[in-house]
Amino acid sequence: MTPPGNERVPIQSEDDIVRARRIARTYAQELGIGLTNQTKLVTAVSELARNVYVHGGGGTMQIEIVSNRGNQGIRLTFEDHGPGIPDINLAMQDGYTTGNGLGLGLGGAKRLVHEFEIESWVGRGTRVTIVMWA
Amino acid sequence: MAKGSRLAEILRNYEADLLEDWLREQRASGTLRPELLSETELRAQSREFLNAMQQAAQGGNLTDITTPEWKNTRDLLARISSIRASLGFSPAETATFVMSLKQPLFTRLGKEMDGQNLEGLLGEIWTVTTLLDKLGLYTTEVFIESREQIIARQHEDLIELSTPVIQVWKGILAVPLVGTLDSARTQVVMENLLQEIVNTASDIAIIDITGVPTVDTLVAQHLLKTVAAARLMGADCIISGVRPQIAQTIVQLGAEFTGIRTKATLAGALALALRDLGLTIQ
Repeated sequence: MTPPGNERVPIQSEDDIVRARRIARTYAQELGIGLTNQTKLVTAVSELARNVYVHGGGGTMQIEIVSNRGNQGIRLTFEDHGPGIPDINLAMQDGYTTGNGLGLGLGGAKRLVHEFEIESWVGRGTRVTIVMWA
Repeated sequence: MAKGSRLAEILRNYEADLLEDWLREQRASGTLRPELLSETELRAQSREFLNAMQQAAQGGNLTDITTPEWKNTRDLLARISSIRASLGFSPAETATFVMSLKQPLFTRLGKEMDGQNLEGLLGEIWTVTTLLDKLGLYTTEVFIESREQIIARQHEDLIELSTPVIQVWKGILAVPLVGTLDSARTQVVMENLLQEIVNTASDIAIIDITGVPTVDTLVAQHLLKTVAAARLMGADCIISGVRPQIAQTIVQLGAEFTGIRTKATLAGALALALRDLGLTIQ
């Protein structure tokens, strides 16, 4: 069964983070993404979904199947309407945290996937888009 | 409307007939599940319900089932509902038990009130149908409640079950972690591990993460804290079950496991632990 190409998953609780991971894994498996990249993608999803839940006060994860010159990939967009990030460069730095985590979430997630894009508007929210190619 | 209802009288006078009609109705509804509930039990439950309802109806209150005179009926329904929940009945099937009493009661009311005014009959039917709806909904409420209790208990069992601390050798503990490692479970793992370190006076604890599907920064942080706490109690930790894809992910994530010994397999970790304690297997 091929999963539908477009889906929006709510992220409103700890359980939703686990669900987002599972859904991302299912899509990655369907696209034939290797085990290592699957694990990397799922880990990145875990980091970004937790950011949405913890810092953004909840939001969504949008899943799309994308293709580029015959190569298929999975694009995930994480959106929240939280306080936003005033200094993105600082937030991307390893070890920088506003909570009490390890401060590796954003930078780590960027290193785990093929494409990473972050936009944030203070007071309006944050959008992170990642792509993993098969 | 409830005042002067003939329900109690009908229930008393036609108890045996109503029971047979009702049982026939239940059989016809296709929600009986004879493989789950025997005819004898069904008959006993149905008779008991008719009795309880008759006694409650004698009080004349047919609109509010939360009052004391309906307590017996409620308790009985609660018992029937949770029995059925544990047997595997669906909530609809359980509610049908009560709802299917409507047809026999209406038929009986129609016969009894022959020649009386239509308004009176409609009033009776309205009273009875509202009453049975309430009782039917009550079974659903109880059903959901008992399901929720089952889920809550299973959830607790799962947390306990999935975090066992095993003594694999004198002085060596092993904690095989399985599933998602959230904050609540990590807390349980840490408590169990620290307690067992005291109980068994162990020097080495092996934390096996073979069964943990995702190691993100939060899981890494939980593991680091557990190791640090064990260390404060004088026990050294070895993390085992680090699969190739997990190793690559942790490296790119940037999580530092410096100063913590890790092994690919539990067997490797055990060998290391035995060597630490100067033990050899011959």
